[in-house]
Amino acid sequence: MIFAAILAGGIGSRMGGTDTPKQFLDLGDKPVIIHTIEKFAINSKIDKIIVLTPQNFINHTNHLIEEYIGENEDIVVIEGGETRNDTLINSISYIDENFGIDDDSIIVTHDSVRPFVTHRIIEDNIEAAKRYGACDTVVPATDTIVESINGRTIESIPVRDYYYQGQTPQSFNIKKLFNLINSLTEEESNILTDACKIFALKDEDVYLVDGEVTNIKITYPYDLKLANTILEDQHD
Amino acid sequence: MINIVYRLKSPKFFEESIDEIELDGVVVRPTFLSICQADQRYYQGSRPAEILDKKLPMALIHEGIGEVVFDGEGNFKSGDKVVMIPNTPCGEDVCRLNYSYKSKFRGSGFDGFTSDLIKLEADRVVKLPDDFNNHVSAFIELITVAYQGISKFDELTITPKDRLGVWGDGNLGFITSLLLKVIYPESEVIIFGKHQDNLALFSFTDEQYRIHDVPKDLVVDHGFECVGSSASQTAIEQIIDLINPQGTINLFGVSEYPIPINTRMILEKGITIQGNSRSEREDFIGVVKLLDENPQLFDYLEKLVTNVCEINSLNDLKEAFDQDSISKFGKTILKWNK
Repeated sequence: MIFAAILAGGIGSRMGGTDTPKQFLDLGDKPVIIHTIEKFAINSKIDKIIVLTPQNFINHTNHLIEEYIGENEDIVVIEGGETRNDTLINSISYIDENFGIDDDSIIVTHDSVRPFVTHRIIEDNIEAAKRYGACDTVVPATDTIVESINGRTIESIPVRDYYYQGQTPQSFNIKKLFNLINSLTEEESNILTDACKIFALKDEDVYLVDGEVTNIKITYPYDLKLANTILEDQHD
Repeated sequence: MINIVYRLKSPKFFEESIDEIELDGVVVRPTFLSICQADQRYYQGSRPAEILDKKLPMALIHEGIGEVVFDGEGNFKSGDKVVMIPNTPCGEDVCRLNYSYKSKFRGSGFDGFTSDLIKLEADRVVKLPDDFNNHVSAFIELITVAYQGISKFDELTITPKDRLGVWGDGNLGFITSLLLKVIYPESEVIIFGKHQDNLALFSFTDEQYRIHDVPKDLVVDHGFECVGSSASQTAIEQIIDLINPQGTINLFGVSEYPIPINTRMILEKGITIQGNSRSEREDFIGVVKLLDENPQLFDYLEKLVTNVCEINSLNDLKEAFDQDSISKFGKTILKWNK
């Protein structure tokens, strides 16, 4: 089976100016999270969509799905975790308990705050996860990356051609991901905030899927303003 | 739902844009697209400046096939291979809807097919058999233009159809000649062209002539002009010369300039001139049936595929248009991975 995990567990501390997590703010005439779920809901290859939110937003998310998407038994809302990895582990546990995990089970994990993800990116993720076991969606780095350890002076400037900016989805063979997470020491678990990093650390290949410059993450108030402006521009 | 559309912002410059689509029709993921001269005229900026100002930014391309992603009404299954109809009627009319002022056209009046997803009404999508060649299917729309012209020609003619002359050795001339051979197997199809290397590909026609080297006593019952631009003037002149009385001249070639026509001889021979442009649903259904019943047509039509470009980025799309613009003959097919 192919599962999508929409990660909406974060409380959006970087957003500022509002107490509502950014995924629940409106983009155009719908909340950001609904735009994101829609992209997965129309994809017939995806068997189940698991939306992971803070505990106190589960009911709210269910109401929004009912209002904007309608009753859909393939979408379920469950509680996310403290960290991104905890959220991921919650989704895997849910899959294991309710559907079981076989050798071919795939999970496509996606930030709820990236509503501009394309159908093509999702399809490429499914294909790459099936073929290679793990993939990450990236775009080539456009800004020069500067490394500074002390925050005051430059340590090094890596060759930009070798650097990419990570987006989502990140997709995995669930069994492989599950085994790798379980093999982590507590120390490793604390520093591994990114699932692809777990694969990389354990010398497992992670395939690159081409992202899109439009697949932006709505992190700051400016991002939402920008996204709304772009969307409104189309309606003029 | 949010959708990403790749629009021509100004000549030779594409950009990503964000659009929204409603999920009340059929949602299609484009797979194979084909560049038409009309797209090239926007890309190169050769349309008048006021037209470019009015129409851009706009996604180009009106020839293409795709896979159904979603259909709320259940007419199509996800994964169905379909051809998309660019003509989009916005009301009833007394004429064919491809000529109606109430119709809009993709890549001309509104966005064409270069996007992540395309939402169409269910009647703007026609299912294709899975085994149809993708490269040829990408330009089914162009075949339907010839097909609808021939259908109208069939209703119009009152004199015999024994000798049918086609002017123009380009893509549309090739397709029109081929369809005439299949639809009227008893008729002789004669091709008139300018380029010896192109004419060599018309071996399925009964006779091939270079326009400056036509036998004096040669006549045709009806003529099909597939030349376009200012060169259509000499083609129409020659058709009028060679056509039998009360024949029909079927115009297909687009010109940016007004073309003078010898009306005196039109009157004297009682010639009927019929214009042709675009196509409608019945033409798509007709062409799909024709291709299904005559699979040998794919072998012929594949000769028109001269470039196949994989499109993974907007730069790839630009390069495909540049490559297409220097091709003298044939179709540029875009394998749409963007």
